Amino acid sequence: MIGAGKIKQYSNVLDKPLSKGKQEVSLSAFAFLFSELVQYNQTQVDNIAELERRLEDAGYAVGARVLELLCHRDKGNRRETRLLGILSFVHSTVWKVLFGKVADSLEKGTEHEDEYMISEKELLVNRFISIPKDMGTFNCGAFVAGIVRGVLDGAGFPAVVTAHFVPIEGQQRPRTTILIKFAEEVFPGVYDVCSVGAKKRSKVRLSLR
Amino acid sequence: MATTACFIIVSRNCIPIYEAEVGSAPKREDAAQLHQFVLHAALDIVQDLAWTTSAMFLKAIDRFNDLVVSVYVTAGPSHMFNNDISQCLPQTG
Repeated sequence: MIGAGKIKQYSNVLDKPLSKGKQEVSLSAFAFLFSELVQYNQTQVDNIAELERRLEDAGYAVGARVLELLCHRDKGNRRETRLLGILSFVHSTVWKVLFGKVADSLEKGTEHEDEYMISEKELLVNRFISIPKDMGTFNCGAFVAGIVRGVLDGAGFPAVVTAHFVPIEGQQRPRTTILIKFAEEVFPGVYDVCSVGAKKRSKVRLSLR
Repeated sequence: MATTACFIIVSRNCIPIYEAEVGSAPKREDAAQLHQFVLHAALDIVQDLAWTTSAMFLKAIDRFNDLVVSVYVTAGPSHMFNNDISQCLPQTG
């Protein structure tokens, strides 16, 4: 629109405020790109574990960058130093920016203290993918698991993150659960600063909807 | 009045990836690498301090004689150090 108003000119590019970026990207374009990514990796590997690892590594790079970007753009230059803080950051902010909605739920594991789960009815990346029977338990959500791992690693909470299918009765397609298992060093120190998780025993399920 | 500052960006595993001298002081022969030692020593302090606050800019975390170290911690695993060397004016505060 010519002449609609004067946009403030910044003399120094560093003074310009951070742009919001493109809010929406075409879903079909992304689905196409992701399917090509999976197919390309399929030609390079011999087994499923290697394929999952490659998808995870691709996601790790995304996660590392998303953490830095969102810290400046959405969080106003504040870092996360607490475990629950970073988990809810992943569950809401990261999911909202990447997939347009917050994740379905965030739960604390019942058997082990250091396990957390983010579940989603249908991961966006899996929506247009069907897994053949002979590939067993392979889950393309490994890409998303890699993103989560990248965010947690960058923030200083090393973890092993995997994606699993959880069949739910009454539904045709299984839920996807991202299982986060934190490394040893996260837990001794974190119990001091993690005010909620430390006091309760492992039977508690912390559910954020 | 000559003031230099040394600016270093450190990545994870404490490896410096960028270094710059800002300011107009002449090169000091006797203390050529002094600022690097000082900043390296401040790394431990930063690593502990970074967990106590969610702010990103930490001001004046460490001193060495008249050199003051401040650091900007990023969300990812890197830090940016700034070391002020003031040759004529003593540091206050």
